[in-house]
Amino acid sequence: MTLSDADLTALIITLKLACTTTAILLLLGTPLAWWLARTRWRFKFLIEAMVALPLVLPPTVLGFYLLITLGPHGAIGGLMDWLGMKPLAFTFSGLVIGSVIYSLPFVVQPLQGTFASIGTRSLEVASTLRASPIDRFFTVEIPLARSGFLTAAVLGFAHTVGEFGVVLMIGGNIPGQTQVVSIAIYDHVEVLEYSQAHWLSGGLLLASFLMLMIVYALNRRFLVAQP
Amino acid sequence: MSIEARFRIDRKDFVLDVDLTLPDKGVSVIFGPSGCGKTTLLRSISGLEHSPEGYLRVGDSVWQDSQQFVPTHKRPLAYVFQEASLFAHLDVQANLEYGMKRVPKADRKVSLETAVELLGIGALLKRKANQLSGGERQRVSIARALAVSPQLLLMDEPLASLNLERKQEIMQYLQSLHNELDIPIIYVSHSLGEVARLADHMVLLDDGRVTASGNVTELFSRLDLPIAQSHKAAAFIQATVAEHDEAFGLTYLDFAGGRLSVLQSNLAIGSTVKLRIVARDVSLTLKHQTETSILNIFPVIVDEIISENHSQVMVKLMANGVPILSRLSLKSATVMDLKPGKQVYAQVKTVALLS
Repeated sequence: MTLSDADLTALIITLKLACTTTAILLLLGTPLAWWLARTRWRFKFLIEAMVALPLVLPPTVLGFYLLITLGPHGAIGGLMDWLGMKPLAFTFSGLVIGSVIYSLPFVVQPLQGTFASIGTRSLEVASTLRASPIDRFFTVEIPLARSGFLTAAVLGFAHTVGEFGVVLMIGGNIPGQTQVVSIAIYDHVEVLEYSQAHWLSGGLLLASFLMLMIVYALNRRFLVAQP
Repeated sequence: MSIEARFRIDRKDFVLDVDLTLPDKGVSVIFGPSGCGKTTLLRSISGLEHSPEGYLRVGDSVWQDSQQFVPTHKRPLAYVFQEASLFAHLDVQANLEYGMKRVPKADRKVSLETAVELLGIGALLKRKANQLSGGERQRVSIARALAVSPQLLLMDEPLASLNLERKQEIMQYLQSLHNELDIPIIYVSHSLGEVARLADHMVLLDDGRVTASGNVTELFSRLDLPIAQSHKAAAFIQATVAEHDEAFGLTYLDFAGGRLSVLQSNLAIGSTVKLRIVARDVSLTLKHQTETSILNIFPVIVDEIISENHSQVMVKLMANGVPILSRLSLKSATVMDLKPGKQVYAQVKTVALLS
């Protein structure tokens, strides 16, 4: 076995984090993306800008503010402390919150684009065929948006696996709790353990490439299947 | 029972202001140039467009008034859009079933088999939307609309995106629909040809307003309406098949004003047919000509004359109560001294059989 137990734990935490984050993002991102694609509210650009913020912000900035907010003296952390709960900074839940915010645009933007491209005609057709708004959403929009969902899920997942700054700031690199692969690699390199760093890095590189390849291959098939 | 519709929609560049009563049987065609508000009117009837102060009653149920607005998916209607909008993620069969599945079993009057058969799409059921030709797609969307057993069928220029051949093909299906299903149809069109073949009732729409609404035979023979000025101006008459003349290869058709002959067809004796007589194919004589090649000659009375330009006039004639149009040169009309009440003979060069 070339992976140490600590590395294996980091890998498991990374996968758990990426899966949880992707699931939460799909649940929260779908209604948000749908709303952004359909609303005629004239200030929707404010929300769009907020969603896109993690794309341009250095992860450390985001992580810093999250640490402040979630820490025992922050607004949310303080409230939780007052309620008798443990603050979220330096916990796995804190990591999830940070990752959800950090990867939000990677899920919302492809979904918003897909919903917008579906347009309103299919929905009008469905409503003349007796489908209520909820019915239309699940039987027309979701199936027509499947390529967008696939892209969103894989991008959200891959981006979470690849994050470094935010998890370092808010997670604190606690082995077995908040240490993820990207940070483990950094630790190995710092102490010149290049072979372990190679195994982890190579594994991530391969996995990321495979995931993206599958997305593009499937999207091509979906595109061919649609007129 | 009838359909009563009042809508007013104010947009920056366009106002729709209509107050209409339509029959709840047969095909009502809303006719007008593009941009006159035909589609907006149809969308208002479907509920896809919401005009705040509208009123809509179909038969004895009110779909919209000041108190209520029944949303589209709760109206027992079906809508065929201009471009066939099949769901790309479903095959033909699933497209057909999409609406039908959502209709309570007790309300399903048109079976899937009937719809499939009427539109001749039995061989296409397993195909995806993108594997169909334009004409096939439109047939599937018409069948899908029928399969919800609508109490009102709305069609927005369903033939506009098709070439002439496909138009002919679908037109046949539409006519059989008209004959076999008892569903009132509101059909938007800017083609006189479609009006001629399909319409029972006609609404002329211009710039968001109704300029005329009535029986199609009556409207086509009204000289004050713009259709009388079109080069396709024509009269529509109903006739019954009287007899086939094997010796000369002709079929004789009787209408109130007399007997007409057309090239022999295989129509059943006694069946009712719709005929079109184009105004420029009708000439007039003062005496009943016998030394002529024209077969269709019958007495008529001049009802109304209007001049179309400095050389042409349009004459409305009554053949025992049936209006016929004739386009003549101003000179002929002057020489013959045509005026309302005068008895003359109409000579009809060609009669087109529409059904």
